[in-house]
Amino acid sequence: MSRYRIPGKGRVDHSAPVSFTFDGKTYPGLRGDTVASALLANGVHLMGRSFKYHRPRGAVTAGSEEPNALIGTSRGPGRFEPNTRATVQELRAGLVTESQNKWPSLSFDMGAINDRAYMLFSAGFYYKTFMWPKSFWDKVYEPVIRGAAGLGKSPTETDPDHYASRYLHTDVLIVGAGPAGIAAALAAAQSGADVTLVDENPEMGGSLLSDPGVQIDGKPAWDWIEAQLGRLRAAGVRLMTRTTAIGYYHQNMVGLCQRLTDHLDSPPKGAPRERMWRVRAGQVVLAQGALEKPLVFDGNDRPGVMLAGAAQTYLHKYGVRVGDAPAVVTSHDSAWYAAFDLADNGARVAAIIDTRDTVRPDLLDAARKRGIKVLAGHTVTTTKGRLRVKSVRAAPVRGTHVGAGRDIACDCLLMCGGWTPSLHLFSHTKGSLAWDGQTFLPDRKTEDVEIAGAGRGLWGYEPALADGAAAGLRALEGLGRAGHGTSFAVANDRPGTGVSHTELPTDGNPGRARAFIDFQNDVTAKDIRLAVREGMRSIEHVKRYTTNGMATDQGKMSNINGLMIAADALGKAPPQVGLTTFRPPYTPTSFGAFCGYLRGETFQLTRKTPIDPWAEANGAVFEPVAQWRRAWYFPRAGEDMHAAVLRECKATRASLGIFDASTLGKIEVAGPDAVEFMNRMYTNPWTKLAPGRCRYGLLLGEDGFIRDDGVIGRLSPDLFHVTTTTGGAARVLTMMEDYLQTEWPELDVWLTSTTEQWATVALNGPNVLAMLKPLVQGVDWDDFPHMSCAECTVAGLPARLFRLSFTGEVGFEVNVPARHGLALWTALMEAGKPHDITPYGTEAMHVLRAEKGYIIVGQDTDGTVTPQDAGLDWAVGKAKRDFVGKRSLSRPDIVAKGRKQLVGLLTEDGSLLQEGAQIVLDPDQPKPMRMVGHVTSSYQSTMGHPIAMAVIEGGFDRMGETVFIPMPDGVRKARVTSTVFYDPDNARLKA
Amino acid sequence: MLLIHCPYCEDTLPELEFTYAGEAHIARPADPSTLSDEEWRDFLFIRTNARGPHYERWRHVGCGRFFNALRDTVSDRFLMTYKAGLPRPPLTNEAAE
Repeated sequence: MSRYRIPGKGRVDHSAPVSFTFDGKTYPGLRGDTVASALLANGVHLMGRSFKYHRPRGAVTAGSEEPNALIGTSRGPGRFEPNTRATVQELRAGLVTESQNKWPSLSFDMGAINDRAYMLFSAGFYYKTFMWPKSFWDKVYEPVIRGAAGLGKSPTETDPDHYASRYLHTDVLIVGAGPAGIAAALAAAQSGADVTLVDENPEMGGSLLSDPGVQIDGKPAWDWIEAQLGRLRAAGVRLMTRTTAIGYYHQNMVGLCQRLTDHLDSPPKGAPRERMWRVRAGQVVLAQGALEKPLVFDGNDRPGVMLAGAAQTYLHKYGVRVGDAPAVVTSHDSAWYAAFDLADNGARVAAIIDTRDTVRPDLLDAARKRGIKVLAGHTVTTTKGRLRVKSVRAAPVRGTHVGAGRDIACDCLLMCGGWTPSLHLFSHTKGSLAWDGQTFLPDRKTEDVEIAGAGRGLWGYEPALADGAAAGLRALEGLGRAGHGTSFAVANDRPGTGVSHTELPTDGNPGRARAFIDFQNDVTAKDIRLAVREGMRSIEHVKRYTTNGMATDQGKMSNINGLMIAADALGKAPPQVGLTTFRPPYTPTSFGAFCGYLRGETFQLTRKTPIDPWAEANGAVFEPVAQWRRAWYFPRAGEDMHAAVLRECKATRASLGIFDASTLGKIEVAGPDAVEFMNRMYTNPWTKLAPGRCRYGLLLGEDGFIRDDGVIGRLSPDLFHVTTTTGGAARVLTMMEDYLQTEWPELDVWLTSTTEQWATVALNGPNVLAMLKPLVQGVDWDDFPHMSCAECTVAGLPARLFRLSFTGEVGFEVNVPARHGLALWTALMEAGKPHDITPYGTEAMHVLRAEKGYIIVGQDTDGTVTPQDAGLDWAVGKAKRDFVGKRSLSRPDIVAKGRKQLVGLLTEDGSLLQEGAQIVLDPDQPKPMRMVGHVTSSYQSTMGHPIAMAVIEGGFDRMGETVFIPMPDGVRKARVTSTVFYDPDNARLKA
Repeated sequence: MLLIHCPYCEDTLPELEFTYAGEAHIARPADPSTLSDEEWRDFLFIRTNARGPHYERWRHVGCGRFFNALRDTVSDRFLMTYKAGLPRPPLTNEAAE
């Protein structure tokens, strides 16, 4: 039996021991314990070191708001998780945990030197200290700061667990299953509404689990909970435990993170670790209760100093006495009950120190009966003890005068500075808050939401139950359903009131006080006052300057204390200083839960062409292009990428190459007004293009910049077969639809995406005609010159045949219905054998097109390139009255001199340039140099030397000039040339 | 995540099915060549950037249709949606608030 465990007490299973390790030492615990409750049962309060000063810290809470007791947990390889709250992590067999922010050990930590030097580390320390010399930032300050900063250690292995994701539609979602939440669920479950009740804890019941002496409708609290949960289950209410509402989004969408396996000794194989729910609720009831506030005094962070309500929870839920001799310091009635419960369970309460002069007589009576010393109208000025609190110094306060203090020996100090309604989720909705003189309460709502119980400042079980029932009923009425009211009779209720404070008065030097507000980020009251002195006026500035409330607990305990002190320093009322904005998630949430299924192979879909199986079977190396996977090159044994690509290019130029172009975007533009529509969309003139012919089309944005291009065939007077770039297909169709639907709805045109309906095979090379002609039926070869198209059959398959070239060789693109794609490819491979037909991939395609100076939109253009800039002036129908982007081509900036223009580059030393490299005119100019352009494309070519394309200011006027490309290993020289490196007269096309 | 009403499908559907398409009621001039450089610049680039109710275009990717909406840019709330080509509806009292 652990020293501080009370036999038979609590909701833990005393017959089910579970052992675990903390920093290498094995401890006994019980089924139902958290790591924190089990450590406390063994008398261990020291659980971590703070972030900045490395001060020893213990658990200060018993819940998800814990700022101090952050541990690393692990369950085998890849399953290490840092920054887990020891107050939340349930024990499981074999659980391995470790403390954080310490070296070499938790009890002796070198980093605690920061604590001695705390005067240096005050608010704004980083901003002030690391300003100069400037050169020190990269090399000295940042690496040192980064090394010392950070909570816990990031895991380095891939997370082997998987995470699930679900949607849920429900009539009423109730967040928080304490008394108010349960009462709301009972009310809402009348009349058959679909009700969901969620709670972040393993068990429902909320604060009632820590107050078993309360009786509701004649039943002890725990029996009442069990009975009500049974009723809810019977009524079909969805009850979800270990489920945290992490965010409240528009129109009553609430994100829930459900933890499924972390508490299990051995998770079922294949079970998801967590499940993210996206819930759309008709009505939401927030019954999240309130969070206890610490008091702010010197030494309020020593291990053993904790919230009074937490001690009460450890006692009743876990059967753990957090100390034998607790002292209590409070400004609220609630801590008195914690003192009484501990006294009734074997603790010798050293004293109850209340900051208020007057305390309720019944509380004083109850203390007297138990022989507890009461110090009303007292403050706490400091605590003592290195790794655990040993004594607390209490002193009387009269007005502003602090009298002589006395040390009171204790082994733990329970504090309570009042309670803050938990309004995080309400704040996510941008609901407004109202200050009631002590704290913020929910005010104007923006969603269909009710707030019940302690979450709106009510205290005591009877008011909370009545409020929950009323909120549930209002939610039901909000759905247009009817129900009846409920009332609850509560015996042994624990009503209470309290007051809020800034720092407690002290007789010591306030400048030396280590009175913590934000425990996790080590922010003290002095830091807040310093920030105000240094000019911070808004709470948002105070927050960022001091980091108050910026830790992983998002200021759950620190925000109101920080605000009270800032307001006091500014001499303003707290609402005039404002409250910082809470944002999702409510508690730290794993990346896995957000990712859900969207990781690894299921991160996004992979589009494959009908010919993909052949490429895979024939050793293709693939590359992703948009969402497609495309064959990049087809290496033979012993070939690297460069050798394979060069062989594929040469084979195509010498005889015959075959290429899977199925990913090309395809759009059918059909209808009586199709030609007019094409005239308005594309720069080129289409009226005179005869059916059976095709043309290179250029698409601009209204701003005059190139958006897309592709060859477009006119199959009949009212039918155009448009091709687009692989990545641009959806964008182009959307743009066409936009103009058709909203600018020119009078045009009778139909647009259809046919990208996936056609498989497209490109054939290029001097032997293509010899190979293809015998396979084609329905084409008049005497009238089928370059840039022709026809509907015909190829290898017996129905086809749309285009004669065009993206290589400079005689070329065709054969389109067949996608289901025939593989058959076509196989037939062409067979027919091409006599010509050593060679499959080539996207890399060879790029090289071949670059040798001819054919651009790739998005590579050689970047959204700021006009047709003139790209040397595509010839594709612009200047006689046309209008087309998309035409007016912009005469804008002053577009016709100005010095625009970047697309040119070719040949390096002097024959080296390969890097795509994206910047170009300068004078390599000897001082830095930063004036950059006049950059390399857009660069390849090894079939001509024995590398080629490149680049955009350069005034490039067309620089033909033959030398430009410079500074690289880390030296400056390259290159000559400006035409972009057409190969067969500039198109002799091969005409052959 | 918002719920958006598609005036063509007459159904209220999750934001995931929709894309934003810029400010509404900016018609492309019938003959851009008659516009001065300044007028054309304004057509291309100058937008109201409203704080509050904003007339804007959305596309329902599901049905492919563009439509107009009145959305409050402060609360991110859709006040109404209506078919493309319909005149700009007046601000209701509620919307103008």
